[in-house]
Amino acid sequence: MNVQAIRAIYRFEMARTRRTLMQSIISPVISTSLYFVVFGAAIGSRIAQVEGISYGAFIVPGLIMLSLLTQSISNASFGIYFPKFTGTIYELLSAPISYFEIVVSYVGAAATKSIILGLIILATAGLFVPLRIAHPFWMILFLVLTAVTFSLVGFIIGIWADGFEKLQLVPLLIVTPLTFLGGSFYSIDMLPPLWQTVTLFNPVVYLISGFRWSFYGIADVSVAVSLAMTIVFMAISLAIVAWIFKTGYRLKT
Amino acid sequence: MSAASTQPIISVSNLSKTFASGLQALKNIDLDIRRGEIFALLGPNGAGKTTLISTICGIVNPTEGSVTVDGHDIITDFRAARSMIGLVPQELTTDAFESVWGTVSFSRGLFGKRPNPAHLEKVLKDLSLWNRKDSKIITLSGGMKRRLLIAKALSHEPQILFLDEPTAGVDVELRRDMWQLVRSLQAGGVTIILTTHYIDEAEEMADRVGVISKGEIILVENKAELMRKLGRKQLTLHLQNTLQLVPPELANYHLELANGGSDLIYTYDTQGDRTSIATLLEDLDRAGISFKDLQTTQSSLEDIFVSLVRKNK
Ligand SMILES: Nc1ncnc2c1ncn2[C@@H]1O[C@H](COP(=O)(O)OP(=O)(O)OP(=O)(O)O)[C@@H](O)[C@H]1O
Ligand SMILES: [Mg+2]
Repeated sequence: MNVQAIRAIYRFEMARTRRTLMQSIISPVISTSLYFVVFGAAIGSRIAQVEGISYGAFIVPGLIMLSLLTQSISNASFGIYFPKFTGTIYELLSAPISYFEIVVSYVGAAATKSIILGLIILATAGLFVPLRIAHPFWMILFLVLTAVTFSLVGFIIGIWADGFEKLQLVPLLIVTPLTFLGGSFYSIDMLPPLWQTVTLFNPVVYLISGFRWSFYGIADVSVAVSLAMTIVFMAISLAIVAWIFKTGYRLKT
Repeated sequence: MSAASTQPIISVSNLSKTFASGLQALKNIDLDIRRGEIFALLGPNGAGKTTLISTICGIVNPTEGSVTVDGHDIITDFRAARSMIGLVPQELTTDAFESVWGTVSFSRGLFGKRPNPAHLEKVLKDLSLWNRKDSKIITLSGGMKRRLLIAKALSHEPQILFLDEPTAGVDVELRRDMWQLVRSLQAGGVTIILTTHYIDEAEEMADRVGVISKGEIILVENKAELMRKLGRKQLTLHLQNTLQLVPPELANYHLELANGGSDLIYTYDTQGDRTSIATLLEDLDRAGISFKDLQTTQSSLEDIFVSLVRKNK
């Protein structure tokens, strides 16, 4: 195991975050605050409660998930896309480092960043609404599993992308809609029956539901299902990453 | 010498590379690099130099054949093979916002070496980059970036160094410095493989020269041997009296007149029959042509190279 290499890449990636502190940390905090102002205060004042929880508090887990997903994907996809774009990937490919180590360091760094971000958003939310975390262990577990899974997804996108448009495409066209429609801002029960069924095909529903359960003990689907689905997504992502490296897809000619 | 030290440090056998486009960039390459030598790889643009280097370094997947580095297969035993190699790529590819110090530290770590600030300091000083160690890479000039790439490659103390056109875009003085550096690396036991389009560089530096053209190695030779074997010599005679025509009795020497008939040039192979110069001089005497001075020149590696590649067209 080339521990020095993992440390070098991890540090390099974290240094990149520090250099882009504004965009990495501050802008999500601002946008979350805006969500609270718009959804929590303006709309929330008209929606009394969802399943016994004030609307402002209800949307917190969904908001964190929204940022976690988009940030994990964008961090990890940029992290690996950039060396491809600038050509510095030659060093990575010629180094005595295994694919496993490459994934651990890039995905590890991306997941770390988004977890930090998730916690910052959580703290920011605490300024606006009273928070209660019923199952802290599960909350952290869902946070970590989701961050890792979507960092893997980001890594895959970063390798697949051959231009900046593609890098933005998946988050824009797939992830953001799935998250908004995945119950970030409402409970699935609030939908008409047909849409409830359709929604169950949205993987993000399970993530948000499980995460919200760890806060308030309420869930759209059972926690076991949420956890199982999260692990399934992770396994699928891992399988794709393994395939990429086995074939050298878009990394080596 | 022990068996280990006479064994080639890099052994390429039957290596072929066909790109997805169908272009065959390497064709059944067999090549051994000797421990401790400076090997110059010459060839026109698109000959396959970079592809060959990239394959050995693990950046390009070979289509066929195998490569071992100090006995380690580059695929099944890639860790051992790659940790011995430092690569300076042809393109100036660097991060932009990282610092000089940061990026050499990164390279060292990537190759599995523990931090060693003293070594990095020495490398940066050797490459005259020490006073820029805190600069962001984007603020460096092209020549500095080239040196930085060399520093990155040396940061992990490789035993083999690949330099893909190290002196492209580097000023004359710096080129001399770089040659000096390469020699001192060799003195320290590092094997060096370089590609270049400056033939004088190969002539100056290399122990052996390989010529690649259209994906094939068309020649590998000791530099001195190569010059001896393929080098052509020219004998120039500065005549007493100018000539209008080469006398017909000297026709089979294929002499040329130059300089308005005041110089007579005889081109011959160094391998050829040495006595022909003596007979030429006798025949000249017989024809009543006398000369006041003479001079011989040997063709350069460049001439050899150009004639070889032309033949392969
Ligand atoms: N990734 C690639 N995909 C397809 N063809 C490629 C690729 N890389 C190189 N080639 C082709 O392979 C051939 C050899 O290229 P290579 O870069 O090895 O040449 P070179 O000898 O290094 O040339 P130069 O002196 O210009 O650097 C060229 O015809 C080039 O177009
Ligand atoms: Mg090249």
